[in-house]
Amino acid sequence: MSDERILLAHGSGGQLSHELVSRVFLGRFGNDTLNALGDSALLDLPNDGSRLALTTDSFVVSPLFFRGGSIGKLAICGTVNDLAVAGAKPLYLSAGFILEEGLPYEVLERVVDDMARMAAQSGVQIVTGDTKVVNHGAADGLFINTAGVGIVPLGRELSPQRLRVGDVLLINGTVGDHGIAVMLERENLGLRSELASDCAPLNGLIAEVLEACGDAVHCMRDATRGGLVATLNEWAESGACCLQVEETAIPVREDVRAACELLGLSPYYAANEGKVVIAVAPEAADAALRTIQAHELGRNAAIIGQVVEGKAGRVLLRTSLGARRLLDMIVGDQLPRIC
Amino acid sequence: MKYIDEFRDPAAARVLLAQIQTISTRPVQFMEFCGGHTHAIFEFGLRQMLPETVRLSSGPGCPVCVTSMSDLALAFDLLEQSGVILTTFGDMMRVPGPNGSLLEARSRGADVRMVYSPLDALSLARETPDREVVFLGVGFETTAPTVAATLLQAEAEALPNFYVLSLHKLTIAAIRAILAAGEVTLDGVIGPGHVAAIIGADAWGLLPDEYGIPCAISGFEPLDMLRAIKSLVEMAEEGAPAVINTYGRVVSAEGNRHAQQAMSRVFTVGSADWRGFGTLPDSGLHIRREYAHRDARVVFALKARTFVEPKGCRCGDVLRGTATPLDCALFGRACTPASPVGPCMVSSEGACSAYYQYGAGDNDV
Repeated sequence: MSDERILLAHGSGGQLSHELVSRVFLGRFGNDTLNALGDSALLDLPNDGSRLALTTDSFVVSPLFFRGGSIGKLAICGTVNDLAVAGAKPLYLSAGFILEEGLPYEVLERVVDDMARMAAQSGVQIVTGDTKVVNHGAADGLFINTAGVGIVPLGRELSPQRLRVGDVLLINGTVGDHGIAVMLERENLGLRSELASDCAPLNGLIAEVLEACGDAVHCMRDATRGGLVATLNEWAESGACCLQVEETAIPVREDVRAACELLGLSPYYAANEGKVVIAVAPEAADAALRTIQAHELGRNAAIIGQVVEGKAGRVLLRTSLGARRLLDMIVGDQLPRIC
Repeated sequence: MKYIDEFRDPAAARVLLAQIQTISTRPVQFMEFCGGHTHAIFEFGLRQMLPETVRLSSGPGCPVCVTSMSDLALAFDLLEQSGVILTTFGDMMRVPGPNGSLLEARSRGADVRMVYSPLDALSLARETPDREVVFLGVGFETTAPTVAATLLQAEAEALPNFYVLSLHKLTIAAIRAILAAGEVTLDGVIGPGHVAAIIGADAWGLLPDEYGIPCAISGFEPLDMLRAIKSLVEMAEEGAPAVINTYGRVVSAEGNRHAQQAMSRVFTVGSADWRGFGTLPDSGLHIRREYAHRDARVVFALKARTFVEPKGCRCGDVLRGTATPLDCALFGRACTPASPVGPCMVSSEGACSAYYQYGAGDNDV
């Protein structure tokens, strides 16, 4: 069809996003590094066998400030986390700003203050940048792009290809907090809650898990757009394996569940900005869980499932009643129901 | 959420399942009228937990799905009018229309806005006095009262730029059409809890009285549905059809009088076009003549045109209960959530969407 257009849903992290990437970008840019579609590109360095991790992400959230974070906090945490889940120690970031004409100086300064604070907290430096200003109406306040580099030490290999039957899946806390918190503020639904975005840099927690479990950690991913379900489905697909998670084990805040029930949404598909899914060899599961729970960003961590025998590419959910069903990706954004 | 958890208790569910197993001696076929039930049944995995004698099939209770292509075309015609903002519930956004979906229309520049309530559309009308704000009224008796109340609020405020395109439909007309056609044999109907909250459990009395079929009004949690199914099995086994209200915490015999009054003040009952059923008499809600200045059909002189349903799409059969999504040759091949052919694959209450999303009919699940 020649009349096809980009829909908002192409940016939601669901099936349409994947289709866009594979059809438009992979076909034209494709190379071994890009085709891996990891959170970071891993590039061999000429000297000692360690590798360079490189990642980039753009941030377009509305509203710019929300409970628990801001576009600036997201711009640092998102890129730091993409490096960390690739097994890298995040080191240097770039920051590109697209500013809308008329943006109050004070807003920009608050955003940049958040970025500086988060960079300090996660131990990275912002070492290069760019600024563009566009006409009023051509951007929603401001957009930010950050890119980051980090070093993956020799011998560290985290990827879905390392998933094995029996591997245990963990998450460092409740799912859906960020997506539902931002939606409640953006849509002005009049629902009151203490809910805040979980936006946080995960490199400290991840370093402790890698320290405690070493090579028994097989794969990690921060479950951002598309939520827990998108992460699990990407693993099942690129790792050619079958995953099963237990509905009763997935941590969800009460207020997130309540908001989702009301709107006909699922917290499993809602975005997170401070949650990492970790797959470890079964013998390391207890140590991994203890390590994560000891960290302040992992108090509500849980073992949520396993890699199981079954058709490759599948993610199954065992419901609270004991039935098994598919936990499939959705096409675009979740849309609230009629009745 | 404690309030919900008590209706999801796995131990209590196992007790109900065992009871159903014990009392069920012969094969029965029940229809869950409501698409919300279909999705909940798959979400919790109820079908695979029930004894083999108890079969469930999905019904017409998906408002998005039963909206005919010709009715949907009216909404797209509105987008051609200058100054119009079309507001709609999110569920309509992805439905394939005569020329793509509303989402696609929006990407081509049409002003379509997703709202969570018709009152949001009213606020938009207040904020944009130089635009004409139309609310796309799709839904059953569950949604019609709030739309009616919103229209009355616009009247009270003398807000000149708020209109409704009413495509509302009545559930009883659909179940009557299914039973009168005699295409499917049913031993019971799981009655739609939210609809019954408005029209009352008694409104479903036609099922036992005219067709000798039991009906159990049900909520949407696993224990609600299991209790309803148990009641249906009991009535089917005893040959004693009645309407049993297993959703007493929400549904009364006579329903919500205030909601009914708002509906009848604004709407009058008339014929409507249904996907899968064609034109059914006394099955739709039209805006009364005294509110014609709020009726988008009248104000924007919308003309109904006839459309052929997409080739091969069996949404109509699925809605009438004469086919399951798995019987459709397009299901999962030409028709997926990413490239839907019919509305049943897109709506969060559509049967095809439930079958696809939860992997129904897939032996490996």
